[in-house]
Amino acid sequence: MSSAYIPLDEDFRVSVIGRRLGGVKRILPVMSSKGGVGKTLVSVSLALALSDLGRKVGLLDLDITNPSAHVALGMKLKDLPEEEKGVKPPEVGGVEFMTIAYYTKDNPTPLRGWEIDNAVREILAITIWGELDYLLIDTPPGMSDELLDVITFFKPAEPLVVATNSPLAIKSVERLLKLLKEELTVKGVVENMASGASSLVKDLCTAHSVSYLGAIGFDPQIDSKLGSLEGIKSSSFFRDVTRIARKL
Amino acid sequence: MHEWALAEAIVEYVKDAVGGHRKIKRLVVALGELQSIDEEILRFSITEILKSEGMSIDDLQLIEEEAVLRCRRCGHEWSLKEVSLDEEIRELIHFVPEAVHSYLKCPKCGSRDFEVVKGRGVKIVEVVAE
Ligand SMILES: Nc1ncnc2c1ncn2[C@@H]1O[C@H](COP(=O)(O)OP(=O)(O)OP(=O)(O)O)[C@@H](O)[C@H]1O
Ligand SMILES: [Mg+2]
Ligand SMILES: [Zn+2]
Repeated sequence: MSSAYIPLDEDFRVSVIGRRLGGVKRILPVMSSKGGVGKTLVSVSLALALSDLGRKVGLLDLDITNPSAHVALGMKLKDLPEEEKGVKPPEVGGVEFMTIAYYTKDNPTPLRGWEIDNAVREILAITIWGELDYLLIDTPPGMSDELLDVITFFKPAEPLVVATNSPLAIKSVERLLKLLKEELTVKGVVENMASGASSLVKDLCTAHSVSYLGAIGFDPQIDSKLGSLEGIKSSSFFRDVTRIARKL
Repeated sequence: MHEWALAEAIVEYVKDAVGGHRKIKRLVVALGELQSIDEEILRFSITEILKSEGMSIDDLQLIEEEAVLRCRRCGHEWSLKEVSLDEEIRELIHFVPEAVHSYLKCPKCGSRDFEVVKGRGVKIVEVVAE
């Protein structure tokens, strides 16, 4: 396979992706074109919360060059996932968890556009998920390869969009909502680091006719709890996320 | 043996490409050096899966393709012979070939900004139905 882009209909890996996701009832990508608004923490916590609510849950870290869900989950990346006619995502806290970090470890892995897409196609073709009620997907900021791949390969996806009440985030998320609504049905918007004083995120939802799924308050302790499942679950962040999980 | 998963994808693609034909005359698959695919396991998997689909194949050719990498910074072109990759790292690259950027740098200028020109992984070269 050369470095040249392969059109979808000429890539044999693409032919199996539908089947790989066949046992997944609902696909929830956690997205925001704005960086640092809490996509990773929301996707990790939602996965754990839904699992605690008795659902079968998978989590895919699709931030290919900057994966960090494993850090929040406290995964050590020592062992490779088991192979059984494909790659079986290891379980952590009851969640089937897949990340490219099993293979890149924590080394710098700079990739250009098509290389990211190529890695995504490879991962989707070889990962064997169990029967899942929910597959959550952590995505990178921006509006580039992984985001386009989510739209292309995960059908039907119901994106959860994360926003904060900064005007910079609002403008960014507004562009994302416009794009997503051209292609699929947005599940709704989650407001993170909410202060209560601002209605910017709620107004954004009204203006774009998308559901406001709820608010996660600012939790000054959350960073000190990352890396431990018990830690995360004891946080006010997790309590707020669980409230949102019940509504999904 | 994640080769099985790739074989499933290959068969899925082939089924589509031959549009209903049950007999495959020839299937040629290139195996890029970077991905270190186990040729025997892949051959076995493709044959078994085709059989389970009620299909048969006359000639399954798996051909090796040497990896060629090219630096985007200095233009140097190199092969895996020029660098050292231990078994453990080859195994990581085996699953997702883009992981090569985690472990290799251009042997001339040290940049990780290189491209895999040839020999990344599995590629279907030709499918001929009977
Ligand atoms: N509700 C919150 N309360 C306090 N701090 C928070 C909250 N949500 C997120 N943070 C802070 O923001 C940081 C970034 O969060 P996170 O990595 O989940 O964002 P992200 O959107 O995934 O970032 P990136 O765009 O880089 O992927 C966290 O490490 C934490 O310090
Ligand atoms: Mg993130
Ligand atoms: Zn170079």
